[in-house]
Amino acid sequence: MDKKIKQFTVSVYTENNIGLLNRISAIFQRRHINIESINSSASEIEGVTRWTILVNMTEDQMKKIIGQIEKQVEVIKAYYHTDEETIYQESCMFKIKSDLLFDERQIQNIIKESNARIVTVNKEFFVLEKSGRRSEIELLHRELSAFGIMQFVRSGRIAVTKDEMKITEMLAAFNN
Amino acid sequence: METLTVKQKQYLEQPKERISGSEAIVRCLLAEGVDVLYGYPGGAIMPVYDELYKYQDKIHHVLTRHEQGATHSAQGYARISGKVGVAMATSGPGATNLITGIADAQIDSTPIVCITGQVPSHLLGSDAFQETDIVGISTPVTKWNHQITKASEIPEVMAKAFYIAKSGRPGPVLIDITKDAQFEEFDFQYKKCEGIRSYNPVPKVEDSKLAAAADLINNAKKPMIVWGQGVILGKAEDELKAVIEKAGIPSAWTIMGVSAIPTSHPLNIGMVGMHGNYAPNVLTNECDVLIAIGMRFDDRVTGKLDEYAKQAKVIHFEIDPAEIDKNVKTDVAVLGNSKESLTKLLPLLNANSHTEWLQKFKDLYTIEFNKVIKNDLHPTKEGLTMGEVLNEINTQSKGEAAIVSDVGQHQMIACRYAEFNKSKSNITSGGLGTMGFALPAAIGAKMAAPDREVVAIIGDGGYQMTIQELGTIFQTKVPVKIVVLNNDFLGMVRQWQQLFFDKRYASTEMTNPDFVAIAKGYYVDAKRVTKREELASAVEEMMQSKDAYFLEVCVEKEDNVFPMVPSGASVSDIRLE
Repeated sequence: MDKKIKQFTVSVYTENNIGLLNRISAIFQRRHINIESINSSASEIEGVTRWTILVNMTEDQMKKIIGQIEKQVEVIKAYYHTDEETIYQESCMFKIKSDLLFDERQIQNIIKESNARIVTVNKEFFVLEKSGRRSEIELLHRELSAFGIMQFVRSGRIAVTKDEMKITEMLAAFNN
Repeated sequence: METLTVKQKQYLEQPKERISGSEAIVRCLLAEGVDVLYGYPGGAIMPVYDELYKYQDKIHHVLTRHEQGATHSAQGYARISGKVGVAMATSGPGATNLITGIADAQIDSTPIVCITGQVPSHLLGSDAFQETDIVGISTPVTKWNHQITKASEIPEVMAKAFYIAKSGRPGPVLIDITKDAQFEEFDFQYKKCEGIRSYNPVPKVEDSKLAAAADLINNAKKPMIVWGQGVILGKAEDELKAVIEKAGIPSAWTIMGVSAIPTSHPLNIGMVGMHGNYAPNVLTNECDVLIAIGMRFDDRVTGKLDEYAKQAKVIHFEIDPAEIDKNVKTDVAVLGNSKESLTKLLPLLNANSHTEWLQKFKDLYTIEFNKVIKNDLHPTKEGLTMGEVLNEINTQSKGEAAIVSDVGQHQMIACRYAEFNKSKSNITSGGLGTMGFALPAAIGAKMAAPDREVVAIIGDGGYQMTIQELGTIFQTKVPVKIVVLNNDFLGMVRQWQQLFFDKRYASTEMTNPDFVAIAKGYYVDAKRVTKREELASAVEEMMQSKDAYFLEVCVEKEDNVFPMVPSGASVSDIRLE
């Protein structure tokens, strides 16, 4: 039994129904597990929602929780993966005073080197967007902090897996 | 355009009728074969009650005295009939009062559908009078739930509700319907649900797993079966019996599984778990192959997990994939319905008789009999024991009665000593341990099986949690037999206080009312027994009664239930005293 706590990305394919977030999050809450991040979006299949949940726990515990998630009537399938098995990203935005863009030459270098993108600029502020690994976003946050950040926000993780997840086949099997 | 199947075509061509949402709910219930439901009216569900009034010749609504009673009655009905039980309540407090019964049905896999009224949809989220987020509240304790805000959703959602409640591993479903959806008119058509794409209720039985299981069983020297309610829910009693008899395997049961195989069967070795029998608990840690069938390794069954059947190969027959390896690691897991699995397993098994191994169970039974059972069933001391009451009921019912027990000492005694010839005869709150379960559950059980004798065995504590259901019994004239084993204590808690808290009886002593007078106040025949010589005739009078009957037996105040696996101990460290 693997008792080491690891980071897992959980991918859950579900019907798009009100209340399902409550049902899924309750499974973690009941076992006193903190959800590091959660994202809900469309998936590659029309009408099917895909949840990406980032959690830390043992693999043994993870397997049991996947069983509990899949047990929910409106869950089509749930998977868990390690970081090595997925391609994953987060996205973030910074709102910063516009003056700084012109007064602090260093900021322009940071933007260039970090591959961040300027979304908008006006007289008062400009908005930077950056997608990437958590470490890249944290580095950018540290660098910009020195100049003052008006607002910062970071999304939950989204991830695609290296292996395929045969949801379409599963749904096709039901229809036949 | 896609071609339609014949069924789809028939459905579309079927005449539609313009009716209200509330009438549609009643029509859905009728389409699902519901002939009785339990509930309590109130503002937000009144349109449905108005329809129930019009349909009262087709569907019997039982007014319980509290919504919790409605859920337990629906559970009792479901457990004895194998059909879906239905409970109904209004919004707000009516709905929240259902929660205990819903949680009980969830953990004991009982198929019930609960219907709650809700404030009109335009008031949702406004803290309206009697508004409560019952869908949010019930989410963790329901198999599925849904809120309907448009009448047109009713047929499909109701069809799904019944399908989900009873298919696969059964469970409770809650449907919340706003009052405006009840009033709204629409074109009604009903089609039963036959499948949901995201839901696979019965996994396929894999032949390779069956072969692996059969191989382990055929090579076992000391095999032991522990079966649970999955056998009853899967209607696999005959198949289990055939497997047990062919392979000659000593077989024990969980509290939820009892009655699937007759108590008197020579290979029935009794109950496992905290207050189970001595032999199956001790020998769990000696068997070489442990075959679990439709049970979930509850902590009350396993005791200390690290020391549970570590020497044994474990085979788990189970319908719910989430139960596999949840508590006990299995060597072979056979997913699927118990009836199908056991039917396919039978021809793979070698005929066998583990005579020496079975003798071990008999030897340990003798020890338990001399230390515990003899004194429970045939006491020589002055005070009455709970066991002798059960013994008298056994003698007079000849094992034909359905026993509905509440929670506590009397429950353990009832499950240990009640004799059963028929399946679906033991109705109790196993997983949740809900005091107050038995009286309303007995009402539902008796209504589902009017030809059977239904005897509720209840403690003085649990009885007072739902005692108001005597009103339901009086009004409906349902002839349930009620036995209260009164020791003027919350007996099980007191037992723990005696054993583990140095006899500090904190809030467990009860000053009880005159239970006989209360029963008589509800016009239920009643008697109190305080002496041994009165017991047999009183039980006889109760059993002979055509009407409901209340029997209070004043038993020894400080008797304990043994054997006992202390909390956190290994099952083989079971205590006999």
